[in-house]
Amino acid sequence: MEVLLGITGRDFTLIAASKAAMRGATILKSSDDKTRALNKHNLLAFSGEAGDTIQFAEYIQANIALYSMRNESDLGPSAVASFIRGELAKSLRSRKPYNVNLLLGGVDPITQEPSLYWLDYLASSAKLPYAAHGYAQYYCLSILDKHHHPDISFDQGMKILRMCTDELQRRLPIDFKGMTVKVVKKDGIQDIEYDTSKQVLSA
Amino acid sequence: MKLQDTRITPSKIGLIDTHVCLAFAGLNADARILIDKARLEAQSHRLTVEDPVTIEYITKYVAGVQQRYTQSGGVRPFGISTLIIGFDKGDNEPKLYQTEPSGIYSAWKANAIGRSSKTVREFLERNHKDDMDREATIALTVKSLLEVVQTGAKNIEIAIMAPGKTIEMLPADQIETYVKTIEAEKQEEQAKKKPGARGAPSGTSSLPTRPATEEEGSTGI
Repeated sequence: MEVLLGITGRDFTLIAASKAAMRGATILKSSDDKTRALNKHNLLAFSGEAGDTIQFAEYIQANIALYSMRNESDLGPSAVASFIRGELAKSLRSRKPYNVNLLLGGVDPITQEPSLYWLDYLASSAKLPYAAHGYAQYYCLSILDKHHHPDISFDQGMKILRMCTDELQRRLPIDFKGMTVKVVKKDGIQDIEYDTSKQVLSA
Repeated sequence: MKLQDTRITPSKIGLIDTHVCLAFAGLNADARILIDKARLEAQSHRLTVEDPVTIEYITKYVAGVQQRYTQSGGVRPFGISTLIIGFDKGDNEPKLYQTEPSGIYSAWKANAIGRSSKTVREFLERNHKDDMDREATIALTVKSLLEVVQTGAKNIEIAIMAPGKTIEMLPADQIETYVKTIEAEKQEEQAKKKPGARGAPSGTSSLPTRPATEEEGSTGI
């Protein structure tokens, strides 16, 4: 029951990931960070099989860093997404593929256009205005369909995110222990305080 | 030289990781390969132990590669000496190492490699002090380079590293001001020595040559 959410807006991309680290029905940790910063303006969020996720994300992170060092310039979001898709496709056809689903949030360093890529373990890649992975898709996509607009401000984005997490808290049978929320803007990645302690009553 | 585009011609100073800088003297093409190996190792180290490399570690690695190429068959040694500078994570002590084609590496307070490196090293031995600040270190760096580089600011490149900060390449106009003040100082001194002839001509118009050395003064601010 891992939750990954991504929302783009006028000049930002929001990435939110649940804080619960689970094994079966047990919650092992309630402060897990399922995101890795790839460079100044690319953030990767991941869910899937424990072990695979971090291994794969950090492998990507190291390769993106190596690219930056070799070429003295950072890769943009679309290039990073293509690279990740390539790695997933390679892995998929190996003896033991990675079971990882990802969201890549970024802002293009030149055009400053925000973007969000949805990638799964079957090496699908899609550029979307908003996206979710796992059960969150069932609850959040309808909300986002209704309320999202490509030109929303950051505050409006946070409001829509709150609607999504409220719905998840209301309907998911297992507590996902709140969300780590990060935003990618033209001047970098920022952490955002996100309080989910307020009880959301079921219908 | 006039026609070369200095903005996009590869420089003799390169970054290994955000906190490690390498300058080399010798065969450019060999250096490219060696630097790439070092960069790969720096990222691989981060991935496996979740910590950036220490300056000593990466120096040992570079020297190790250089040594291997003196001993294995079918390859020739790397024709380069390197200076590796930087700061270890959470450490404010500046580090400066030198590596040689044989695989020898050594730690220094100040050093020079490449053509006329002996002259520069001797100059540094005479003038280096332990407690220099940033300004003094840059001034000394330029001064020591001017001992062997006749063409002045155009052929000097200076990289500055400070703890916890990214690399800073000193802008050309700033180097120019350093060069000018130092040359003025030199002229003054010469004038003092020979009271008869005032304003003795200095900076002889010799043929422009690329400097074979980049001296790294590592500042510890």
